[in-house]
Amino acid sequence: MSNSIEVNGKELATDEEGYLENLADWEPGVANVMAEIDDCELTDNHWEVINFLREYYEEYQIAPAVRVLTKAIGKKLGKEYGNGKYLYELYPYGPAKQACKYAGLPKPTGCV
Amino acid sequence: MAKKPEKKPEFETPVLGDYTEVPAVTPGSMDHSQPFVAKAAINEAIGFPGELVDNWQEVAVTKLGELVDNSRALRVYLDSCVKCGACTDKCHYFLGTGDPNNMPVARQDLLRSVYRRHYTVAGKYLPKLVGAKDLDEEMLDKWYKYFHQCSQCRRCSVYCPYGIDTAEVSMAAREIMDTIGKGQKYCNEIIGKVHKLGNNLGLPEPALADTLEGLEEDVEEEINVKVKFPLDVKGAEVMLVTPSADFFAEPHIDGLIGYGKVFHQAGISWTLSSHASEAANFGLFIGSVDNMKQVAVRIREAALELGVKRIVFGECGHAWRVAYSFLNTLAGPFDFLDSRYPVPQHIIEVTHDLMEQGRLKLDKSANDDKRVTFHDSCNVARASRMGNKPGGQLTLPRDVIKASCNHFFDMPRDTIGEGTFCCGGGGGLLTDDLLELRVKGAKPRMQALKDVHEQHQVTHMAAICAICKSQFSKVLPYYGFEMDQIISVHQLVGDALVFSADA
Repeated sequence: MSNSIEVNGKELATDEEGYLENLADWEPGVANVMAEIDDCELTDNHWEVINFLREYYEEYQIAPAVRVLTKAIGKKLGKEYGNGKYLYELYPYGPAKQACKYAGLPKPTGCV
Repeated sequence: MAKKPEKKPEFETPVLGDYTEVPAVTPGSMDHSQPFVAKAAINEAIGFPGELVDNWQEVAVTKLGELVDNSRALRVYLDSCVKCGACTDKCHYFLGTGDPNNMPVARQDLLRSVYRRHYTVAGKYLPKLVGAKDLDEEMLDKWYKYFHQCSQCRRCSVYCPYGIDTAEVSMAAREIMDTIGKGQKYCNEIIGKVHKLGNNLGLPEPALADTLEGLEEDVEEEINVKVKFPLDVKGAEVMLVTPSADFFAEPHIDGLIGYGKVFHQAGISWTLSSHASEAANFGLFIGSVDNMKQVAVRIREAALELGVKRIVFGECGHAWRVAYSFLNTLAGPFDFLDSRYPVPQHIIEVTHDLMEQGRLKLDKSANDDKRVTFHDSCNVARASRMGNKPGGQLTLPRDVIKASCNHFFDMPRDTIGEGTFCCGGGGGLLTDDLLELRVKGAKPRMQALKDVHEQHQVTHMAAICAICKSQFSKVLPYYGFEMDQIISVHQLVGDALVFSADA
């Protein structure tokens, strides 16, 4: 029995923790479905994070450091939002992990 | 039929009481806890069979025989336990869960009973009399669960009158499981990434370069000094090998900034390496010498390629054990390095030396907003040394902290130093699928922290290990603390360093 989520009528494979198996499967609906599973409602600010993660990943093939992410969000939304605390409010399971998951990126591994 | 990803199971965070409290035994209370099993591609990438091999029992027993033949120590550990019980209340996972299989003696016996069955005369002919057991499916299941509830921190060994090292037993069990195709996803995936990309995170060189460039901008903006975070600079004096979490996570990155400031102020040329962009060596956790070697050799190759004179390790606990105790055996000789310095050297030793020579200008009051304690990381405290005096691995970090802040308080004596409690996430267990174990295993350390918080109003706990830092950021909130109460030792140092305007 394998894991998957259903997005717009398509069944997309995920790993045991709900991360997409194939990055190419991602579409905005993926984030919405994953957020629903976590009882989380995505606001525009959630999407700023998701969009930045996807842009960064496209360029560097890895999620950005938490510091790089907070700085980028601070630039986009204003300084008061550019801190770890705000990102944790948006993504209580951790911005690096939860937001990566919604953005279709693989889970960051290692001592993080 | 496909299933939806399940939500994380609910569990209760232990209530903090007196730190010495020993829980009532609750059999089977952690029998549901096990990490994800690695998929075939992950196991194969690091030299193990993809899935459980058909004749796994036979292969496992043969492997166990090889291990005890090759390691006199392991054989002694398996032969010499007299069941005195001194270890029973020493494991943080037992103290946090009450599961009797988390008593070190019981955990060891899962392997010991199989060893007895096949490699002792009494066990071969009179198995029941001597507690010898077959390695059947049920036993393998217990191995997988409970050898992944040991962080190989070796606290139990300190109190064992025979010096039996549970970590060695755990490593052997994990190695046997890898050999038959039952590997753990977290460790094995990470080791594969190091072989392929040079670090646990899977951070490619351009991303690392971009991150470091960003750091230079941030630091300059903050203190108006051009502190460099150089990458792949040939001819630098020092190559810094640090956990990749230092490039990625909080509060790790503040430690990295601290190392950079120390090198800058002391005028030491240094570089990071994209080839050896990882200090961690998870080969240790799975007991695989082949993998440890492969990971360690990258460091040698990078040092030769860059032509550096010294290798310095950043804040990473088990990496320092591997570096201090095994690096020369795994990847030596390092006769091309400057022999006036320890090979390898710890960043704490570097900073400590510079402090003694008066080459760092520090203003302790910069950290007056903090009241600090220090968490000794298990692998540093019990499996390594720093400086040239016994116990230096315990005193040097404290010296460095005390030189960087005015308010330092140690946690209760039997929870620090060589008796330190593991953070609860060491030994390859720092993964979300073991979150319940991590939270419960942190209980003894949280109790000790609560104690100094109440007695001395301690606000921050400093550490020198990437695993400890990530583990505490995650579990502190479960116990009513804030995630940012865990900090890097070199954050304290970096914040206390004074740079004159023309630096």
